Amino acid sequence: MNDMSPNRAEREAKLEGLGCKRKRVEDARFTQGKGNFVDDIKLPGMLFGDFVRSPYAHARIKGINIKKAMKVPGVLAVLTSTELKGVNLAWMPTLAGDVQMVLADGKVLFQNQEVAFVVATDRYAAADGVEAVEVDYEALPVVIDPFKAMDKDAPELREDLRGKTSGVHGARGHHNHVFNWQIGDKDLTDVAFKKADVTIKELISYHRTHPSPLETCQAVASYDKVKGELTVWGTFQAPHVIRTVASLISTIPEHKIHVIAPDVGGGFGNKVGAYPGYICAIVASIVTGKPVKWVEDRIENLTATSFARDYHMTAEIAATKEGKVQALRVHVLADHGAFDACADPSKWPAGFFNIVTGSYDFPVAHLAVDGVYTNKAPGGVAYRCSFRVTEAAYCIERAMDILAQKLNMDPAELRMKNFIRREQFPYQSALGWEYDSGDYHTAMTQGMEKIDYQGLRAEQKRRQADFKAGKTREIMGIGVSFFTEIVGAGPSKNCDILGIAMFDSCEIRVHPTGSAIARVGTKSTGQGHETTWAQIIATEMGIPAADVMVEEGNTDTAPYGLGTYGSRSTPVAGAAIAMAARKIKAKAQMIAAYMLEVHEDDLQFDIDGFRVKGLPEKFKSMKEIAWAAYHSVPPGMEPGLEAVSYYDPPNMTYPFGAYFCVMDIDVDTGVYKVRRFYALDDCGTRINPMIIEGQVHGGLTEAFAIAMGQEIRYDVGGNVLTGSFMDFFIPTAVETPHWETDHTVTPSPHHPIGAKGVGESPNVGGVPAFSNAVNDAFGFLGSKHIQMPHDYWRNWEAAKSLGVVT
Amino acid sequence: MSKIHIKLKINGQDMDGLCEPRTLLVHFLRENLSLTGTHIGCETSHCGACTVDLNGKSVKSCTVLAVQAQGADVTTIEGMANADGTMGALQEGFRQMHGLQCGFCTPGMIVRAHRLLKENPNPTEAEIRFGIAGNLCRCTGYQNIVKAIQHAAAKLRGEEFLEAAE
Repeated sequence: MNDMSPNRAEREAKLEGLGCKRKRVEDARFTQGKGNFVDDIKLPGMLFGDFVRSPYAHARIKGINIKKAMKVPGVLAVLTSTELKGVNLAWMPTLAGDVQMVLADGKVLFQNQEVAFVVATDRYAAADGVEAVEVDYEALPVVIDPFKAMDKDAPELREDLRGKTSGVHGARGHHNHVFNWQIGDKDLTDVAFKKADVTIKELISYHRTHPSPLETCQAVASYDKVKGELTVWGTFQAPHVIRTVASLISTIPEHKIHVIAPDVGGGFGNKVGAYPGYICAIVASIVTGKPVKWVEDRIENLTATSFARDYHMTAEIAATKEGKVQALRVHVLADHGAFDACADPSKWPAGFFNIVTGSYDFPVAHLAVDGVYTNKAPGGVAYRCSFRVTEAAYCIERAMDILAQKLNMDPAELRMKNFIRREQFPYQSALGWEYDSGDYHTAMTQGMEKIDYQGLRAEQKRRQADFKAGKTREIMGIGVSFFTEIVGAGPSKNCDILGIAMFDSCEIRVHPTGSAIARVGTKSTGQGHETTWAQIIATEMGIPAADVMVEEGNTDTAPYGLGTYGSRSTPVAGAAIAMAARKIKAKAQMIAAYMLEVHEDDLQFDIDGFRVKGLPEKFKSMKEIAWAAYHSVPPGMEPGLEAVSYYDPPNMTYPFGAYFCVMDIDVDTGVYKVRRFYALDDCGTRINPMIIEGQVHGGLTEAFAIAMGQEIRYDVGGNVLTGSFMDFFIPTAVETPHWETDHTVTPSPHHPIGAKGVGESPNVGGVPAFSNAVNDAFGFLGSKHIQMPHDYWRNWEAAKSLGVVT
Repeated sequence: MSKIHIKLKINGQDMDGLCEPRTLLVHFLRENLSLTGTHIGCETSHCGACTVDLNGKSVKSCTVLAVQAQGADVTTIEGMANADGTMGALQEGFRQMHGLQCGFCTPGMIVRAHRLLKENPNPTEAEIRFGIAGNLCRCTGYQNIVKAIQHAAAKLRGEEFLEAAE
């Protein structure tokens, strides 16, 4: 192994470290049907639980009769809130500091709310039992429109909060008010607006939608009465938090709860929170003494667990007549549904929405968010984005386009004029964040050149003339979006979940023969951590990625971590992995020095081992050092080669990107064609470009869905109109556009390997690019702002309202 | 409820089991026969995670009764490997072209692509996109799934696929 530099490239390649398009280790099992998802788990004597759900959006429960259900063959138990009260679990705390009914307690507050839990020998018997439960409802008036939630005569939804004039996030001004949250300098912002040459104001709504991973939420709970131990396998993006919550709300000590997230079929924020299904499966297992499985069906998933968005944002910008922005004022009406179950860090009732100043140098800004209760499902999760960041990006990117239109200025030019400049980083934003790094002008210029922005604008001008001359019925839109995300929650100084700081962790053990196992506090739901975490270790400590096994999701073996969401895995756990590897490397250096009989300062790390400076033939590979760690360590040193790191990041990371969408819309039918979509992402250091680009493709497809049709829609009675994949838009391969990807690299200055996280950027930047394309297409006809989602029908409606279609 | 004895051939092997007349094929496969590679994503035949090959046709096993498969020849993801146990052309194609992320849609996608390539060994990109339109993926945006199928199609035709995953 003392061979020398001629093989450097080969030795590097063998590591498959940072920057390598390493093929995924997960794929062998998934392509052969050998994944291990929750519903694949089969335990002896396992029972199946299923919910009786409310057909009403708001109703009092006069009675529940389970007699007939208990006679159904196979049915063993029916849980209602009465049974749950016996174990103090009729209600559960939410991550946002509210409480939520596990099973309806006296009333129901949204359609498909959980009313009773039927436990039976199999899923068919459970479904029979559900049919046989009789619930006597008295319908109550509903609140569906969030703008009417705080009307004087609006029905009171949360009787349990009656008389409470404040919640965990401050004063409540109305019985359906959740909180009012403000940040920024109101007075200075008001002054700037008074002095401004130009102002714009627009209500920009981001409709309710749903993450809908292809695998729904599910769990298997197994309580061992003899040992007093509970094991829960579940679709958890944050298994450790689930364990802590389970311990806090039950009487079971945390060390006797084993939470395991096996393979998880997509998450996108849906699988962060705790749901009634998990609690009921646990209680049912305790009651019956047998393992109980709960598997949500798709309708239940779409209608009951974790919607996203539903933010109604009134944005105002003050600017000079030359287009220099002077101030931003935003008010958000946030529809939280029946319970505030947002999965945000506890101190942030509107997540990180205060990233709403975006990529622009706003001297002052003010933001106010009012949360309201309505008769809709609870949730408010970050659907493939950091907390409320996609809402913020959509708000500012639409508002900048509206300002550009008012100023009669090109939207790209307006952005270039107002970008935070490279030399301003680290940059303090008017709403309180410190942006770590960025080079917006370079990214924007690169993107504009790649897509021939000026050429496209010239073509658009010609086509607008043709349209006006009656030569075509098609209009062309160019959507520009430049987003800055805030991800990697987060620093303990400002982020916690129920009091637990949002660090993450890694434990690495190097075995005597030089291979290793790494256990991490995150949980992949498709991101490929088993592949990429090993790449970080490979480069940091010189062990081939193929020799590193990565394990996540088992709370008994993995160190405590806060899980995977909000693009936090690479910024936080990725850093913990690098730091743990560096600890091992430091010990390895001492062992190598002892082996080579030199001082450790005389050694330098060289790809896969240590070499004596000036004596390149004297070399010890990591493999040799690993062996030595178990039989000949220096005197006084503990044997073994392992390390744990808990990483509390000093700051968030701020990935950014420039996206462009070119779209043609037929005004007579509303049918659109995405002609081109170009996405430039800057996520700092790139660990595995193949995986990054795959994530960008997937995120863009979700953004496309959301912007162009995907919606959780209610009628006036509170009935969900989009409760299955028949009505809820998930694009197929046919309508999904072709994606062009590109990148720049601006490493994070505070992250050990300079990485920033990428999985959610395409959703955050993609939605405004699509929406801006539609709005840009209609702009020359006099349109100012068209609300999403932009499906064919709404496009046609827009054309009609503009008078170009009769 | 009285049970019915179902006998069928799965991945070339004779198998049998008892189930209720109402039992769906996907539950019969997963729960009676422990073939858990076939997944359930929507129960309404939109997502295609439960796709299996039934007598030479792609079907969504969440909307086929097990009794309808009486005596049938069924191929599932567990039958997609080569005879010698190595990964089949589609399995290899999906790995090479990064055609999967969470892996939940993958079995249905591969089984569907298997039938597509039997019917059309040299499909265009548009034909592939149309051919897998009954299978939803939430992670990949389909671009690399298309390449994965092209990769497999080339291999099955004895040609080399030169493009890389994007």
